[in-house]
Amino acid sequence: MGKATVIPFGPQHPVLPEPLHLDLVVEDETVVDCMPQIGFVHRGLEKLVETRDYNQFIYIAERICGICAMGHSLGYAETVEELMGVEVPKRAEYLRVIWHELSRIHSHLLWLGLAADAFGFESMFMHCWRLRERILDIFEKTTGGRVILSVVKVGGVARDIDAGQMSEILATLEGIKSDYGALMRTLLTDSSIKNRTVGVGAIGYDDAVALSMVGPFARASAVNYDVRSFGRGAYGDLADFQPILDNQGDCYARVKVRCLEVLQSIDIIAELAAKMPAGDIAVPVKGSPADGAQASNVLEQPRGECYYYARGNGTKHLDRMRMRTPTSQNLAGMATALKGCDLADVNMIILTIDPCISCTER
Amino acid sequence: MGSFRLGGMTLGSLFKKPETLLYPLEEKPAPAGLKGHIVNDVDRCILCGICARVCPAGALAVDKKARTWAIDPFRCVQCASCVAACPKDCLSMDPSATPVAAKRFEVVREVPEQPKEAAAA
Ligand code: SF4
Ligand code: SF4
Repeated sequence: MGKATVIPFGPQHPVLPEPLHLDLVVEDETVVDCMPQIGFVHRGLEKLVETRDYNQFIYIAERICGICAMGHSLGYAETVEELMGVEVPKRAEYLRVIWHELSRIHSHLLWLGLAADAFGFESMFMHCWRLRERILDIFEKTTGGRVILSVVKVGGVARDIDAGQMSEILATLEGIKSDYGALMRTLLTDSSIKNRTVGVGAIGYDDAVALSMVGPFARASAVNYDVRSFGRGAYGDLADFQPILDNQGDCYARVKVRCLEVLQSIDIIAELAAKMPAGDIAVPVKGSPADGAQASNVLEQPRGECYYYARGNGTKHLDRMRMRTPTSQNLAGMATALKGCDLADVNMIILTIDPCISCTER
Repeated sequence: MGSFRLGGMTLGSLFKKPETLLYPLEEKPAPAGLKGHIVNDVDRCILCGICARVCPAGALAVDKKARTWAIDPFRCVQCASCVAACPKDCLSMDPSATPVAAKRFEVVREVPEQPKEAAAA
């Protein structure tokens, strides 16, 4: 065994799209310990709840992170609606879930592209992002924004999707499916990709539970936990929802779970579009949350369970807004997965966990 | 051999219409509902100030005395809350984006006196 050396990794590193710093303790080529450090993009967004009223804060919530923007505005709106006892129309719930699942597809495609880039598979990266572009075009047409959608509001949604647009969305998704199928088969069968991922950074079921991991990271270790299966909102109307699981817990399993989740999201959208009820898309929300009222909510973001907490103080401004994001849950798992790996595998492991540091730090 | 399968897809791209545009020579047409910038039809504005109150970004300033309605396009986050809140429906979202600029500026609109009955309606 060689002498232990600490290698600083990040916050500016070619493999990391976001600022995460790791102190990697290496002996020879093996990582024996890892200390993550965050705090490079803290913006104090939760504190802003004191200066913006509960309707305005939704536009701050969706700026927590570009990729999960739709999810954060949805999670925040649901929390405030629970706080104030607002019942959202069914059609609005369906529309919200359709946009949310679209954003899951775009998040996973973005991630697949980045992961392919990390393997050195440039053409795969291009193809993934080409498909993702179609999802962004759907957003642009239906909400008027590509990344920041500003379409969810407390009490419902701001825009409707009419039947013509809906069939256009379904046709686009059907078109994506065949190209995506080819990409997925390549990712999951290519021997050079398998060499880099199979058996790398494995986390067993017990560790995954003990470390409270969430999202595809946990589901790749056979943890059957997906907030969507609680059946809140329009998810309750799905005929059958089974979380996608794998029991290997390695990088390959994580790639596979995310790959399959894209197809699952396409099916969810098709099913909800077929069942879409007619009616209003929003209800007027009057008044303010009561003093001392509290509400909490969970939502399945592309990266896993996100927890929201809100407390009212009798005014239009909330007293406290708190979010616990999936990546902050997964950091401990990430540090564990890195222990014992080869230095050259560090980037692969981090990428397959798909950390979102902007969310984590808010 | 997965990579060759993808190779077929990549080669196929050679014969397809390119996915990208030669920006700025070609521009993508803006879809109808695109959030570009806010315009005010000042002939209907009654200077009630509701838009400025709902704006989360503090981009709007309504001055009743000077009869002006002003927007700072660099603060506006295109959320369209003001469009939804305006009681006179005089605000709308234009699909064309605000062009980039080296200097910040405000768009100040003079609001003409409204005929009495229109203001009361
Ligand atoms: S809300 Fe409408 S009518 Fe009132 S000041 Fe703003 S633009 Fe004018
Ligand atoms: S669109 Fe939103 S940010 Fe822009 S002026 Fe209107 S309310 Fe303010």
